[in-house]
Amino acid sequence: MINYDKILNKKVKEVKPSGIRKFFDIAEQMEGVISLGVGEPDFPTPWQIRQAGIRSLEKGQTKYTSNWGLAQLREELARYMKRKYDLSYEPHKEILVTVGGSEAIDMCIRAVVEAGDEVIIPQPSYVCYEPAVNLAGGKAVIVETKAENEFKLTKQELLDNLTPKTKVLILPYPCNPTGAIMERADLEALAEVLRDKDIVVISDEIYAELTFGDTRHVSIASIDGMWERTLVVNGFSKTFSMTGWRLGYACGPEVLMEQIVKIHQYMIMCAPTTSQYAAIEALRSCDDAVEEMREEYDVRRRLLVHGFNKLGLTCRDPKGAFYAFPSIQSTGMTSDEFCERLLTAKGVALVPGTAFGASGEGFVRASYCYSHAHLKEALKRIGEFLEELKDEQ
Amino acid sequence: MNMKLLKLLNKNARYSLEDLAVMLGESEDEVAKEIDQMEKDGIICGYKPVIDWEKVDHAYISALIELKVIPKGGLGFEEVAERVMKYPEVESVYLMSGGYDFCVIVKGKTFQEVAMFVSKELSTIDSVTSTATHFMLRRYKEMDVDLYGGMTDDRGNFLL
Repeated sequence: MINYDKILNKKVKEVKPSGIRKFFDIAEQMEGVISLGVGEPDFPTPWQIRQAGIRSLEKGQTKYTSNWGLAQLREELARYMKRKYDLSYEPHKEILVTVGGSEAIDMCIRAVVEAGDEVIIPQPSYVCYEPAVNLAGGKAVIVETKAENEFKLTKQELLDNLTPKTKVLILPYPCNPTGAIMERADLEALAEVLRDKDIVVISDEIYAELTFGDTRHVSIASIDGMWERTLVVNGFSKTFSMTGWRLGYACGPEVLMEQIVKIHQYMIMCAPTTSQYAAIEALRSCDDAVEEMREEYDVRRRLLVHGFNKLGLTCRDPKGAFYAFPSIQSTGMTSDEFCERLLTAKGVALVPGTAFGASGEGFVRASYCYSHAHLKEALKRIGEFLEELKDEQ
Repeated sequence: MNMKLLKLLNKNARYSLEDLAVMLGESEDEVAKEIDQMEKDGIICGYKPVIDWEKVDHAYISALIELKVIPKGGLGFEEVAERVMKYPEVESVYLMSGGYDFCVIVKGKTFQEVAMFVSKELSTIDSVTSTATHFMLRRYKEMDVDLYGGMTDDRGNFLL
């Protein structure tokens, strides 16, 4: 008999499986479940982008591209980063096209983190950072951001967690699941701390185009003195509703990028060619389509946030991404308990805040990548659930 | 004129004032006033449900009629349009570019009824030189609404 225990990598074994698998397993076996669980746009990819993909296939553009990605795409990306975020990158040395933002995050971490290095990760946040750091042999230092600070990372929190071993700060804003954003002044405050240190910021800006109200996304790389110490990660999935195309990118100083590309070239070779051709079209001609989707998300956002508050589940105004993150503390339940009972009683699937870190306790994540009718029905059922809870007490 | 409000109403004319106000970030009073004004200005001309007539007994059938006309001196197409639109059988009338002049949507209880209406009423109008009748066999999408059930949510459930 083979002893798998001896064979398996300990670090891999220690990676915890997704905490919400059980909810989805229950949900799959129930009839008429209405989910606000999916963190993926419901819009199809804009037609002209799909057409560009089809055209590239018809032309037979089905070979590998450069490891860095198509030169044409990187040139468009350089222009895009300049016009959207006032960031200047040399397209041939400082922009790498990746398989989704996820690959970029993993490579950026692996390129800098060694055994014993500390990586600061604000939570609640997307679930991939901690496993990626652990697999790279680093130590994740979790900062629990606070609701009273709108789940922003404060200068003080950063200072409190800095040690001589700190090598990386992960900056996941606009934030999944809290909807928090970091405005210019917030980033300036962090920059004051970081400017004279040998620390790299990995700024996950995948939701950069999804900010609401008057505030637009500001990249920390555009703050004075930060460009040289920042790796910006972004992608096409959320902005252009292109999740299945698996296309992202990382931008940063040449010294870092020429190392990162080595990981990419040996492990991946290049990002999908069809997707890259389609992405050129996305950057060139889809500002209107993106704005239209953003406006629609904004309408849904208002509907959902208002709905939660009206039901007595306090919900701050999420300024970015496409999630509401209401508090369920008034019910006296844990996030896990609330989600499980809501699912079995009313067939509504939400994600417990704790899936995104212990500091998510007392909150639930509701995605608004759904139609108005779908959101209204979910709210109606949550309302019924809360009424029944009151009757119990 | 509030474009965002119009877009929402175009999606669903039965949103409550409260929902509209929330979605637009305005007060209910403001929204009510805006709707009222747009009705007065003739921007909003009516509200109707989207009905899948195939699911109704004694349903209507519809046909698209291409009309070619010779406009009368000085009167242009308007006189013909006015004449055509007065029939209760006529649901819509559009002046078109291209191979014919008017697109007329006609509804009736049977193919026969519609065909007779076209030959007796429309083709006998003075300026009309020819008609071509196309019966609609199936409606897949009507006013942005999927009547076919082809649009399903195939997103997987995993943590993103």
